[in-house]
Amino acid sequence: MLEIKNLHVDLEDEDKSILKGVDLTVEAGKVHAIMGPNGSGKSTLSYVLSGRDGYKVTGGTATLEGVDILSMEPEERAAAGLFLAFQYPVEIPGVGNMTFMRTALNAQRKARGEDEMSAADFLKLIRAKAKELHIDADMLKRPVNVGFSGGEKKRNEILQMALLEPKMCILDETDSGLDVDAMKLVSDGVNALRDAGRGFLVITHYQRLLDHIKPDFVHIMSDGRIIKTGGPELAVEVEKNGYADILAEVA
Amino acid sequence: MTVANLRQSQTEARLDAVALPENAGWSQAARKDALTRVRAMGLPQRRDEYWKFTRPDTLTQAEAPEAALFTVDERAIFDDVDRLKIVFVDGAFDADASDDLSADGVTIERLADAGRTDIHWAKDIYGVLEQRGQDPVHRPLAALNTAAATDGIIIHVTGAPTRPLNLIYRHESTTSDAILHHVIKLDAGAELTLLENGPAAARLNDVLEVDIGDGASFHHVRTQGRDYERREATHVFARLGTESRFKSFTMTANGTMTRNEYVIELTGDDAIAHVAGTSMGDGDFHHDDTVFVTHDALRCESRQVYKKVLRNGATGVFQGKILVKAGAQKTDGYQISQSLLLDGDSQFLAKPELEIYADDVICSHGSTSGAIDEDALYYLRARGVPKAIATDLLTMAFLAEAVDEIEDFALQDEIKLLLEGWLERRRG
Repeated sequence: MLEIKNLHVDLEDEDKSILKGVDLTVEAGKVHAIMGPNGSGKSTLSYVLSGRDGYKVTGGTATLEGVDILSMEPEERAAAGLFLAFQYPVEIPGVGNMTFMRTALNAQRKARGEDEMSAADFLKLIRAKAKELHIDADMLKRPVNVGFSGGEKKRNEILQMALLEPKMCILDETDSGLDVDAMKLVSDGVNALRDAGRGFLVITHYQRLLDHIKPDFVHIMSDGRIIKTGGPELAVEVEKNGYADILAEVA
Repeated sequence: MTVANLRQSQTEARLDAVALPENAGWSQAARKDALTRVRAMGLPQRRDEYWKFTRPDTLTQAEAPEAALFTVDERAIFDDVDRLKIVFVDGAFDADASDDLSADGVTIERLADAGRTDIHWAKDIYGVLEQRGQDPVHRPLAALNTAAATDGIIIHVTGAPTRPLNLIYRHESTTSDAILHHVIKLDAGAELTLLENGPAAARLNDVLEVDIGDGASFHHVRTQGRDYERREATHVFARLGTESRFKSFTMTANGTMTRNEYVIELTGDDAIAHVAGTSMGDGDFHHDDTVFVTHDALRCESRQVYKKVLRNGATGVFQGKILVKAGAQKTDGYQISQSLLLDGDSQFLAKPELEIYADDVICSHGSTSGAIDEDALYYLRARGVPKAIATDLLTMAFLAEAVDEIEDFALQDEIKLLLEGWLERRRG
């Protein structure tokens, strides 16, 4: 599904390299988790894959179903099936949440040569999806993420994911700022989307989230590289002993 | 030539070019008085402080600069609104295109008929609110208008007409120079919605005087025509009685030169005045909104909300003042002016002012100038919204605070359609 080969990335404005040769393949139907200390490049990886400005790819490739995504505009990547659940969802005063989601869905459908969804059909769809995530009508009417609590913002991200039905989902620290109940709700939302045709890349600091969203593989990232890969037990080890042991072992 | 002499000679040249009516009936005395005042003040000059950001020359020169006609084959604004149409073509009343000027709760007459009819109440407003608005800042173009206006609508609202009145301005001559003066009196408890749209002439000098009785409400929504080359100077003078309401929204698009002035006096307790505007400039256009609100009563509320979208060398100007007189306690005054600069070629010039002589008031003002929020743009694009559409969405969001000032949702939708159309035509 997602294939990253020897990816090197610098910050555009300063002469600083962040990713120093990332290799990672996420297969359809699998959940991969990336853990790692602060500053290891986890979030940068998610930004570069989704097309955020400010980064320069200096080497390597990233493909989605065999198609190069690094040369695409962010909206083209989204239409191709890539979705990033933001660590800090952006507040957009003046743009209604519902308008935003309908515009996004129809833009993607249009880009794929599909018919746009009618207002009535959209309303029915969004209400059903929102209900599963305990998102009330008021949250749909408010401006995008404005005045939302941390938990509401994250649920709103998952709602967008459920609506857009991407092929490849990247979750960037979706657990940050969530209490136990909210984490369960968000995780249930993600688990409901687990499917043989869909890949997940879950970036997190803590094993907690992985108790709810059980990964098939866990990767440890440090200083711009993936230094160790294992099964779910690797996350348990990190939770117990921290990163020091793993870093020392690889060094 | 000294500055004073230059001012005088330019003023005389302009006065020579206008037709000063000989027998204007009930308005004659006010016109004569205004003429004296124009001569004493002289027309604005480039160095005048109040014209620091806007060059007055094309508005004051003897003849109107030519303005090409602009024809578009599209639905006209307010077409779906049930309204009473009053049409002016290049400043001349068009009876055939207009509806019958009669409706319940309102009497409508024309200024051009002043020589034949006596409208005694209008004498207390025509040129009177304009003159009150000359202090502390001179507005010579408005005085010129009082002296020389060729027509306009004189409206007395006694009840609550079911339909809005719509002044429709058409521009069919490339050299037309129109001077229109409207007077509106709302009796206590009366209500009126006034719509205005279209480019009135190659050059328009327009004055609207509104006297709002106790408990009365006046709603005003206008769009200034999209003609690229039109020029206009407008003045709205409003006096508000106790518990009355005044709401005015202006959409300005294109236009070589636009200067819109508001002079609002809150003279009765608990009155509310809101003025708002969106201005869309793409090219060598100049839009100036100059607002002066005076609080002279207890517990009044005023809001000024201006949003300007500028690109390709457009200039936006905002001069806004809130004056709170001694004794005007519990005043709630708010003023915001913001520009969205879509490129590096455009500019926004703002002069927000507060002058407060009461000690128990809340007044705030803010002015910002910025570009599209890159984080929001990225977020929208990451969800699949193409850059051009995302930019328009964010631009509409930027404008929303001003558009939301329009109370009537149907009218709000009319304005939104117009704004969206303007943005859509400019997508790269």
